[in-house]
Amino acid sequence: MANKLLKFLCMAWLGLPLASFAASEAQEKILPNGLKVIVKEDHRAPVVVSQVWYKAGSMDESNGTTGVAHVLEHMMFKGTQSVPSGDFSKRIAAAGGRENAFTNRDHTAYFQTLEKSKLELALKLEADRMRNLVLSDQEFTKEIEVVRNERRWRTDDKPHGLVYEQFMAVAFNAHPYRWPVIGWMNDLEQMTTQDARTWYQRWYAPNNAVLVVAGDVSADQVFKLAQKYFGPLKAKPLPLRKPQAEPAQDGTRRLTVKAPAKLPYLLMGWKAPVLRDAAKDTDPYALEMLAGVLSANAAARLPQSLVRDSRIAQDADAGYDNVQRGPGMFLIDATPSEGKSVAELEAAIRTELDKIKRDGVTEEELNRVKAQVIASKVYQRDSVFYQGMQIGEMETAGLGHRHIDTRLEKLKAVTAAAVQAAAKQYLVDEQLTVAVLDPQPLEGKKPVAPPKGLHHGG
Amino acid sequence: MEDKAAVGIQDSGFREQMGLKLTLNKSSIRWGGLLACLLVLGITPAHAGVKIQSWQAQSGAKVLFVENHDLPMLDVSVQFDAGSRRDISKRLGRASLTASLMQLGAGGLSEEVIAKRLADVGAQMGASFEQDRAGYSLRTLSSAREREQALQILTTVLTAPDFPEAVVQREKARVIAALKEAATQPASIADKAFSKAIYGAHPYGLPPDGEVETVAKLTREDLLNFYKLRYAAASAVVAIMGDVTRAEAEAIAERLTTGLAAEVACEDIPAVEPLVQAYTERIAHPASQAHILIGAPGIKRGDKDYFALYLGNYVLGGGGFDSRILKEIRQKRGLAYSAYSYFAPLKQEGPFQIGLQTKKQDADTALKVAQETLVRFIQEGPSAAELKQAKNNIVLGFPLRIDSNAEILNYLGVIGFYDLPLTYLDDFPGKINQVTAREIQDAFKRRVHPDKLVTVIVGAPEK
Repeated sequence: MANKLLKFLCMAWLGLPLASFAASEAQEKILPNGLKVIVKEDHRAPVVVSQVWYKAGSMDESNGTTGVAHVLEHMMFKGTQSVPSGDFSKRIAAAGGRENAFTNRDHTAYFQTLEKSKLELALKLEADRMRNLVLSDQEFTKEIEVVRNERRWRTDDKPHGLVYEQFMAVAFNAHPYRWPVIGWMNDLEQMTTQDARTWYQRWYAPNNAVLVVAGDVSADQVFKLAQKYFGPLKAKPLPLRKPQAEPAQDGTRRLTVKAPAKLPYLLMGWKAPVLRDAAKDTDPYALEMLAGVLSANAAARLPQSLVRDSRIAQDADAGYDNVQRGPGMFLIDATPSEGKSVAELEAAIRTELDKIKRDGVTEEELNRVKAQVIASKVYQRDSVFYQGMQIGEMETAGLGHRHIDTRLEKLKAVTAAAVQAAAKQYLVDEQLTVAVLDPQPLEGKKPVAPPKGLHHGG
Repeated sequence: MEDKAAVGIQDSGFREQMGLKLTLNKSSIRWGGLLACLLVLGITPAHAGVKIQSWQAQSGAKVLFVENHDLPMLDVSVQFDAGSRRDISKRLGRASLTASLMQLGAGGLSEEVIAKRLADVGAQMGASFEQDRAGYSLRTLSSAREREQALQILTTVLTAPDFPEAVVQREKARVIAALKEAATQPASIADKAFSKAIYGAHPYGLPPDGEVETVAKLTREDLLNFYKLRYAAASAVVAIMGDVTRAEAEAIAERLTTGLAAEVACEDIPAVEPLVQAYTERIAHPASQAHILIGAPGIKRGDKDYFALYLGNYVLGGGGFDSRILKEIRQKRGLAYSAYSYFAPLKQEGPFQIGLQTKKQDADTALKVAQETLVRFIQEGPSAAELKQAKNNIVLGFPLRIDSNAEILNYLGVIGFYDLPLTYLDDFPGKINQVTAREIQDAFKRRVHPDKLVTVIVGAPEK
């Protein structure tokens, strides 16, 4: 009874417009040199975020120089003809700013958050390093050590990081998603300044970039500043991007990774479609709702069934990202409870998936996920940075920022039947890769107690 | 980004490396005493223009409120003096388990019903747990129906937790498994050894989520007793931020706290004892990197040296690429990806810590560079240029620290819980601007003693 009522209330609320709080539309302009400039005005706080997104990530690399996209990202802070090494960061900091950068499979992005009057500084510095980077052997030699240490910290010493890396290498045979963003260690050991230079010359150009500015600014002013600083940069011919399509998978692949740990870990992934046309596609939205029904809230199927009811899992989650340039994966990862094996856990996950394939999902649980999707649209506006992120991701995935709201509408329109059909079609053994962490003992020494006399009165 | 020392360090594929990218927000907050306290430290400075209203509710709870109607949403947090410092050695892990279990069954509602009612209206609720504070926060749409349902659940969780026996047993097993896993991971091993060494028997030195042996012995009765002792209106701090009026905020604060016990139990916590000698602990681990932590008990919230130490620490190891530690360890030598220092002020002396991870073979070199950098900084103090750069960053970057409802809510909680003045935010830039190089040098000389620091190295080469 109570649940039916909730369902009714929820349905009524789904149709409620949020007109009085409607956010302003992002505005865009393409400069003659091909740089796309997108401005999202948001006047809640006197702050601005500037992000430069390059459509070059680890998927544009080649075997032998994996990790070079990320290495170049580090080198972008090492000086241009007019701004000495380290000065980019120093000048942004002196203006009260925060800055950072990140590299992904699909893109590399650089960002600054500043008090609104300081935007010009960020644009001037970013335009400068889009063209005038100096890549010296001396700086490279030191920075490549930093990156190797980053790899050790991020992956080599993190059991789940290792499992994910090996999992991707097995799931993909041909597509460049098979190697890690950070790069294989041997490639990092062999990398040269010239590798970074080649990468920079090949991909860093206004016609391969998107400038996203969000915050307390006027779009017209941003367009003028963008023209002033980025306008003089010339477009470059970009290399042909070959699809490197992954050959069809025709059977389950399994792998085991041994690493120092106590608990085993299970990662299952099925090849799945991603969005190519945000307005017309349907299956990726159904898969996104399926992931939500499985684990978007504490009452969702995986935590309810595996963690609470049967207690077979310590944790269990589903994940699926449909905004990306390369092929998609529908992922489930879980840790067995003490005394349970990964085999038992995998069987329990399969039972849950079979239930959905056989009986479908309820309107109630679908509406619960939709309620979260709708609320998240409001919550996301609390962060100007995140609004910029969404725009950059949609743009570099080739979907277009104008479809940010289309995605929400399409998610709201997904039916229970579509979710069931997607589970049946895509979560099949032929498309499955399963990775297992086999935990190894440390053989370390037990920590000793600190001496008694260490503290006053101790 | 996920890096706790994310101080302007270039980051590689942080989403990618998390393994799974979940497309929807979740309503749970991960536990993390240390991380949480770093966040609190990180947002300390403030901004003129946030109009904080404060009053005491009829229930006795302290309320802090910022009215803002820009977005149709509401953020609320309620926090108590129920953090890990309230644990006792026999029942380690009790405070943490109490906080996390309150939402797993309350007022006769099962954990499943609680989770569903929140998700049905798109609300997000989560527990938070630190050394001093424990409590809950809630984010909901501000429209009447959604807000009402979400606040009803939060009220029930705060005032009528059931601690169902079956849930207690299950969650104990999950915590024990997580503790065993943490005992194999170098970062967790280092954190635990560091806290124990700098605090000795003081509760800040206890593992916040307990030990396998103590958690195994906890009973439903233990949790219920702890809840009754510590979750009282008199110690509650209610922070409210967003799309409600003052009158609505007053009603919300009453509603959330009226059902709580009135008075909090009075239990003295011993003083933090300063270290009297240096101590180094080397713990073997097969990892490729050594995790190095150096430090000692630092300062309390409201300490008179706070502004000098905060500003000075920007130059030492808090200011990312502007800081000496990152310059010496990373920029000049490539020894580490992340290297930092911080003060995390608490009710009592919170930790001062320098941290880095480096290739095993470089552990001794990196340790020596970090130690020398600290000693030199204490001897020299900041240069005029360093001081100017630090002030510029903190003062000019001031608006960034309060540009979201989430950040302002966090502030309200800190100001309320630690009895900081309501003008704390407005005063901050002025206080930073007044600090001199001599004051920084003097404060560091008095408060940080390089000959009496604890050093923990996990994964060091065997000697």
